[in-house]
Amino acid sequence: MSETASSDDKTRRDFLLLSTIAVGAVGSGLAVWPFVDSMNPAADTLALSTTEVDLEPIEEGQSITVVWQGKPVFVRHRTAEEIKAAEAVALEDLIDPQADKDRVKKSEWLIMVGICTHLGCIPLGQKASDPKGEFGGWFCPCHGSHYDTSGRIRKGPAPKNLPVPAYQYLTDTTVKIG
Amino acid sequence: MSNKFYENPVIKWIEYRLPIFSFIDESVGSGYPTPKNLNYWWNFGSLAGIVLTIMIVTGIVLAMSYTPHVDYAFESVERIMRDVNYGWLMRYIHMNGGSMFFLLVYIHMFRGLYYGSYKEPRELLWIIGVFIILAMMATAFMGYVLPWGQQSFWAATVITNLFSAVPLIGDSIVTWLWGGFSVDNPTLNRFFSFHYLLPFVIFALVFVHLWALHVHKSNNPIGVDIKGPQDTIPFHPYYTMKDLYGLGVFMIFFMFFVFFAPNFFAEPDNYIKANPLVTPTHIVPEWYFLPAYAVLRAVPDIWFISAKLGGVIAMFGFTLVLLLLPWLDRSPVRSARFRPIYRQFFWVFFIDCIILGWVGANTPDAVFHGIPFLWIGRAATVYYFAHFLILIPLISILEKPKMPPQSISAAVTGTASKGAE
Ligand code: HEM
Ligand code: FES
Repeated sequence: MSETASSDDKTRRDFLLLSTIAVGAVGSGLAVWPFVDSMNPAADTLALSTTEVDLEPIEEGQSITVVWQGKPVFVRHRTAEEIKAAEAVALEDLIDPQADKDRVKKSEWLIMVGICTHLGCIPLGQKASDPKGEFGGWFCPCHGSHYDTSGRIRKGPAPKNLPVPAYQYLTDTTVKIG
Repeated sequence: MSNKFYENPVIKWIEYRLPIFSFIDESVGSGYPTPKNLNYWWNFGSLAGIVLTIMIVTGIVLAMSYTPHVDYAFESVERIMRDVNYGWLMRYIHMNGGSMFFLLVYIHMFRGLYYGSYKEPRELLWIIGVFIILAMMATAFMGYVLPWGQQSFWAATVITNLFSAVPLIGDSIVTWLWGGFSVDNPTLNRFFSFHYLLPFVIFALVFVHLWALHVHKSNNPIGVDIKGPQDTIPFHPYYTMKDLYGLGVFMIFFMFFVFFAPNFFAEPDNYIKANPLVTPTHIVPEWYFLPAYAVLRAVPDIWFISAKLGGVIAMFGFTLVLLLLPWLDRSPVRSARFRPIYRQFFWVFFIDCIILGWVGANTPDAVFHGIPFLWIGRAATVYYFAHFLILIPLISILEKPKMPPQSISAAVTGTASKGAE
């Protein structure tokens, strides 16, 4: 306007401008969120989140792979030597220190997600004929990570142990994962 | 506005309302003055544009028969190959077209590096180009996942897992990218959606790229600015003809692969349907990702940065460092023809990129004449970054360039420029 704007008027306008920008920014941010969140796992994907495993048929020294949330889960019935080897390791020799007893509920059953913590390949070692790596557990062929009989990373580029999922014993021989 | 006169009354009527004919004429017609000394390295931009169009056309046709679902994707691609009329042709053109696109654009980029096309006033033109290659990489990566073979699935798994290296929120990012807890149907669906979208984003970027190009016109082999009309010839018919000739030669090369070696660039494993429980014995990316893949795997644990995070940073840095190039190179002379030192280092750099590609194709624990590939990869990675961050700035300050010709026409005719007063 041609009338001289009082400084009072000016601050009022600045205030209006700034609050409009602020409301607009917050509003746009809120409006973006549904788009971003729509890419997160959907309700039905989340609903498929537990798997039950029958341990009965798995003999000592055998492993099976079950699918939980689309991921392979290794279930291994460990031998006495494997358990001993896993328990004997000193924590300071580990890349990702964790005692064997903190990775199992019953020491003969090792249950963990069979996805290499490096870049997500499936380590070998489930079948009797598979290479098991230098520590007698699992070996990831993609970039050469070696896991021990407790599924802990011992050598190679992977930074972490194979993760142990949440699970519980429903009976002595059935386990619910998830 | 063009002062071109159109006889045809229909064209005249349209031109008055929407000056599209003069726009075309000024972009790729007789109204666009072009340096008269361009060599064949200037063919690759237009070739890349043509391949982009071919990719879009074949892609749209493929999408009519393709089903983005984990239970049907692989089978739908096999159906395209066997039952859909000319489906095999569409797919083989699209598959090999991806490789051709990268080949052309890489040559186009090395051309820019050699002739200093990234320098003032073409910095933005160069930067837009870097965004184009990034968008191409994302597009090709997601396209490769669509046929849902073993390589598709495991490439998707390994590459999306890279984001888990991000501190604190890494795992949430990966879950968000997947839309689940592993690469699965939601992942395939969104990749298809993005794979359809991104080529059109690339198209828009190319448009902006050309817009910037037309402001200051093409660089040229001697890197000397256009000084007047005596330095230029009209784009049409001279360069339309030359581009067309190049297109013919290129099509022979391209179609050789399509018809005689369609799986030359492909991995046999990708004809095995994706199996989330079995990792293939070796996962190799497509050839055009090999140098970046070598860089990813070269980085060790450094101080508090894990090898995984460091590798990811280096891999993105591999492309992003190009954004800084216009400011790293301080030499006022554009063309490597007049930069004796830079010219030699350009070729060393070129060989370094080839070495990185070769390392990327091998497992890191493999050895070459007693030298582990891991170490070759590390040396080549260090050299790659040193080239940009140390050598280019130093050379550009220390080198004594030769004197470029006064003008384009002086260089062409061997006499002093007529227009230079
Ligand atoms: C920037 C351009 C593009 C690039 C670099 C590109 C790249 C690729 C690649 C590498 C593949 C895998 C080929 C294979 O192994 O079978 C692919 C597949 C596919 N693309 Fe594209 N693409 C582009 C544009 C498009 C467009 C515009 C569409 C659709 C509108 C499309 C639709 C498809 C479909 C349906 C498939 C799966 C069928 C198949 O595997 O052959 N693409 N793309
Ligand atoms: S994914 Fe297992 S070592 Fe890289």
